[in-house]
Amino acid sequence: MSDKQRNEKDSQWSCAECGVELTLGSVEVQYMGSRYPADLLRCEKCGQVYVPEELANTKMALIEKLLEDK
Amino acid sequence: MASAWALPPKSLKLSRLFFQMDQTDLRELEARCIQECAPWCEASCPIHVEAKSLCVAIAAGKFAEAAKIIRKTIPFPYIISNVCDRPCEDSCKRGQIGGAISIRALEKAALDFSPFEKAKIRPLPARSGRVAIIGGGLSGLTAALELTKKGYKAVIFEASERLGGRLWSYPDSSLPKENIERDFQVIQDLAIAIEFNRSLSTDFSLNDLRCDFQAIYLAIGANPMGDPNLFDFSPSGFSIDPISFGANMDGVFAGGSIRRGDLVHSPITSISDGKRAATSIDRFLQGVSVTASRENEGPYNTRLFTSIEGIELAARVSMKNPATGYPQDEAIKEASRCLRCECLECVKVCEYLATFKGYPKKYIRQIYNNLSIVMGQRHGNKLINSCSLCGLCKEVCPEDLHMGEVCKNARETMVEQGKMPPSAHEFAILDMEFSNGEECSLLRHQPGYDKSKLVFFPGCRLGGASPHNVEKTYEYLTQRLNDGVGLMLRCCGAPADWAGRKDKYSEAIEALRDNWIGMGSPTVITACSSCHLLLRKAIPEMSLVSLWEIIDTHGIPENVGVDLTDVAVALHDPCSSRNEPEVQEAVRNILRQLGISSEELPLNRRFTECCGYGGLMCFANRELSANVIRTRIEYSAKDYVAYCAVCQDHFLSQGKKSFHLLDLIFGVKELDDSLKRPVNYSLIRDRRSFLKKRLLEKFWGETVRAFDESEDVKLHLSPEVRDLIADRLILDDDLKKVIQYAEESGRKLVNKANGHFLAHHTLGNVTFWVEYSRDEDVFAVHNAYSHRMQILEEPKR
Repeated sequence: MSDKQRNEKDSQWSCAECGVELTLGSVEVQYMGSRYPADLLRCEKCGQVYVPEELANTKMALIEKLLEDK
Repeated sequence: MASAWALPPKSLKLSRLFFQMDQTDLRELEARCIQECAPWCEASCPIHVEAKSLCVAIAAGKFAEAAKIIRKTIPFPYIISNVCDRPCEDSCKRGQIGGAISIRALEKAALDFSPFEKAKIRPLPARSGRVAIIGGGLSGLTAALELTKKGYKAVIFEASERLGGRLWSYPDSSLPKENIERDFQVIQDLAIAIEFNRSLSTDFSLNDLRCDFQAIYLAIGANPMGDPNLFDFSPSGFSIDPISFGANMDGVFAGGSIRRGDLVHSPITSISDGKRAATSIDRFLQGVSVTASRENEGPYNTRLFTSIEGIELAARVSMKNPATGYPQDEAIKEASRCLRCECLECVKVCEYLATFKGYPKKYIRQIYNNLSIVMGQRHGNKLINSCSLCGLCKEVCPEDLHMGEVCKNARETMVEQGKMPPSAHEFAILDMEFSNGEECSLLRHQPGYDKSKLVFFPGCRLGGASPHNVEKTYEYLTQRLNDGVGLMLRCCGAPADWAGRKDKYSEAIEALRDNWIGMGSPTVITACSSCHLLLRKAIPEMSLVSLWEIIDTHGIPENVGVDLTDVAVALHDPCSSRNEPEVQEAVRNILRQLGISSEELPLNRRFTECCGYGGLMCFANRELSANVIRTRIEYSAKDYVAYCAVCQDHFLSQGKKSFHLLDLIFGVKELDDSLKRPVNYSLIRDRRSFLKKRLLEKFWGETVRAFDESEDVKLHLSPEVRDLIADRLILDDDLKKVIQYAEESGRKLVNKANGHFLAHHTLGNVTFWVEYSRDEDVFAVHNAYSHRMQILEEPKR
């Protein structure tokens, strides 16, 4: 999937609760005692985030493994 | 003669190894792996020329590289490649299958087909210590060369007018004179002092030399004169230490033919003696022990094992022209016959050991290093967690080294250190806890009995695979056996044991033991070899019998009404049955009773392979587990029959039609193709809890309430989504909980294009994302995925 296709796919999600579009923002993530800021799409109103499938299965999985092996 | 390496004790307590493992323990364990032991050619060579590497280089046409290998060890290569007495060839493993490799001829070819190179020797800075070398033959010259390299001043006393001793007596056809001159050039280049025509006892005495020299090396050949005055004392009183070559005179060493007598002419041993004497003299001059750590000098017996099974006979490549030796093409052909001796017995039969591209000795070092890391990346975690712990390595290892024990021990240490990656085994541990929870576990005497002489323990995976088979088996047992057969549904604790979770393991075992004692300590009938193996180890006082032995003894069920005589299968023994020959035999008897013809797989019985589940391999290294399954199912085109539910599940997961032995016993000889799907833990869990309900209803007339409120959420999954989710180890229960949370809280995303919802919720240590749509009270799941990383979100709730 190209970046463009991915962006289009991701932009189709909106917050069902607040009815607003998701926007990119800095969110804290945490694993194995380490905290990092990460840019994720989220609802500005209620803070609900969106983690795309690809992100969970690739980059996040890789970082999880690296932190677990530390 | 140097002794071979001392064997490490086999009784070495592995349990304490890593926990407080020091370098000595590590070395003992590493030394059990013989892969790095020298091949026979190298060990039997007094100076350990690396003949295997030589053959590898020549086989690849790399003659200059081959020459380099020779020059590294042999000080006089142009001589030795012509006149060596070749102990290497006598010991060559190829000798048993077609004839030993012509190593000496290959050495000659290596030199013939590579440019002449002068020996490049840069002596160390000069040290104090003058050494008299008496005798300018191979042994004396080698010692002079070695001592000069070390920075000592060596003076050669030669009785004749030239160096080389008896080398000049070879005919030119055996040893061209220019080869001698070529090799001896180095003596001149290094300006080693030589006094020609100076003969011991005639021209000088040992005592004379001892005034000027701090050490003396006697390399005078086989004392052809038998001169009693040679040593200034009676020859019968002259002795030479076999390790240091020190004579019984301070500072005097002796080697070469004088040590061995005239009958054993061996140029290569003369060179070896010169090297060994030089080592002793160096140590003597430095005032350190001349005998310590001298193992494996000179020829020794290697501990290496190399299987020659299945290797085709190949005769020596004969030389078209023996006078000139091998031309390049013949040399390459001859070198290609080399077996490249190594052990790798375990690596040959174990996908896990092969996949990390090493062998136990390397792995043990990596594991030790991994456990010692205080800060930094632990690259060995996967190596430690991928082993199936099945013990096949130990069965094939000439030294009984069990990598599974090493890995399990390492896992326990990692857990104790708090360094076990949480994702490695968590799913399996939770699955075990589910099996041992209220929803699946069950303990009952046989209906109508208040005690149990026997108790049936089907194990968690058999119930998870086929509740039907458990039900029928229990019915069979209660009908065939007297005195009451109780029932115990739970997990034996193997997942916790394999995960190195001593806490969870002892918890599971203690609960099981209490249950068992509460029933009056009946004999336990196991249907799963892993349970059998584990219970025997964990509760030694427990009397155990395999279900297969019971069925073999009491006969297969009658009136099943299915003719199985047309069924032809290949039998797979589970790895945990490896050391249970009686059980394996009982299974074969049952197949005979059923009239089924079964084929034996190449690795069977004691040498059977794991299906990719053992040691929780499939959770820690899914790719490897898939490869293991693939390899195993390719051994035979026939359908498989297994007597472990996991093995059957694993084979089915890659499309191999596989029966459980109970399927056949109870008359199932056709398997639905729909069974050929990825292992699905949701189904396994559902079946386990169904089993409890079903058995309670059928045998004890009890009904069971529903356990979970999320049971109410009705799911619909297409077969593709079902497989995807099963593969991602996401349970239906997880899906239901996420959807339930989203529907109740309203926290979800919505897709503008298709109206799907996407919700996430953290359950335990995992955050699950579920994409779904709703059709009245049915939730259609379109996708699901998960991560362990926590998102610290939603500050504005």
